[in-house]
Amino acid sequence: MGYSSKSPWVIHYDASSCNGCDIEVLAALCPGFDVERFGIINTGDPKHADIFLVTGSVNERNIDIIKQIYDQMVEPKVVVACGICACSGGIFHDCYNVIGGVDKAIPVDVYAPGCAVRPEAIIDAVVQGIAVLDQKAEALKAMKKGA
Amino acid sequence: MFALGNLLLVIVATVLFAVLAPIAGCLLAGLDRIISARMQGRVGPPLLQPYYDVRKLLAKEDVSVSGVDGVYMTCALVFTAFAGGIFFAGDNLLMSAFIITMASLFFIMAAYSSRSPFAELGAGRETLQVMAYEPMVLLMAVCFFMAAHTFMVDGVLDLERPIIATTLPAFLGFLFILTIKLRKSPFDIAMSHHAHQEIVRGTITEMSGRTLAKVEVMHWCENILFLGWVAMFFVWSNPASIVLAVIVALAIWFLEIFIDNNFARVKWQTMLNSSWLVALVFGGVNVIFLAFV
Repeated sequence: MGYSSKSPWVIHYDASSCNGCDIEVLAALCPGFDVERFGIINTGDPKHADIFLVTGSVNERNIDIIKQIYDQMVEPKVVVACGICACSGGIFHDCYNVIGGVDKAIPVDVYAPGCAVRPEAIIDAVVQGIAVLDQKAEALKAMKKGA
Repeated sequence: MFALGNLLLVIVATVLFAVLAPIAGCLLAGLDRIISARMQGRVGPPLLQPYYDVRKLLAKEDVSVSGVDGVYMTCALVFTAFAGGIFFAGDNLLMSAFIITMASLFFIMAAYSSRSPFAELGAGRETLQVMAYEPMVLLMAVCFFMAAHTFMVDGVLDLERPIIATTLPAFLGFLFILTIKLRKSPFDIAMSHHAHQEIVRGTITEMSGRTLAKVEVMHWCENILFLGWVAMFFVWSNPASIVLAVIVALAIWFLEIFIDNNFARVKWQTMLNSSWLVALVFGGVNVIFLAFV
């Protein structure tokens, strides 16, 4: 395991969620689940974050914001779609203003469905995201050596 | 006073400080996070978590927006190590205090160089923090001089009793501004350790990867230096006093964590007013007391 996997800092963005998933994301940080045990910190700054947790579906208003946050994050980075709305649009998929899941805006690495997504599912998704993060860190290291 | 031997000693101490202070500071930072977590009813991260964080940051891609913030942070790190070297070599306390302020100024310039509105706000607030704590630091040094009759830190080793015996008010005043210097709540207005604040991460908003790692390491070194300043008050000619001083410094460290976890942030006006008031009352009273005793 590389050092990326030992200190995955997350940034959380509420796209157009009903707040159900957001509350579960925050619950994962609270004493009951305490993800800081694994070095996970909730940062408010995209430049410091390694994992991007998005809740809610993408619409015309927030697609640019999601793209911008993603672009500001520093490689290696991983995107986790939290909740069914972030995965596919969920029950809002055919709303006139909804484009769909987060993968319509940025590349998503891990999908965590659920309505609302359970903290256990978020932790599982982040753990899978950590594996992807490690792969990306290795690839970046190899690229740096090659350059 | 500025003999070649002294200079060599300072250089050797600077190198030793640059190696040992990050190790000790990293462990303290890890302990801080565990204790904070326990105070909040959580388990908390592993002890070496700050080390893992920095190792990860070093491996991140370089996306610096200004091109010079990394250089400024390197300067800040070097000056921090130099200030630590001066202090732990037993050299001039006043010089140590000035050089560590120099490090703060480089940190502020690193924040300003990004031109980000959040970082600029943070840099402005960091400047206010320097303004808030500096009078008390100077009065602390003055009281040190009046009690020990020298600015040389190793002067305390010749004393028959620790300087705390005559500088208790100055020590209490210094404890007040120590919270600002350690960047702990209620005075963490320039860059809070917690997410969801009004200026993102303030001074370090635009810093990432290597530069952010330098900021972390600088904080570790600063913490060790400031705890050294605390310990200095409790050392006298008896060699066993050093053990006592280390215990007191650790107790103060615990007190700072307790304060950090139990107080909400204040406005900058409150910080500036209260710290200048404390400097005037505690520092001033102590200077007057020492002048007549």
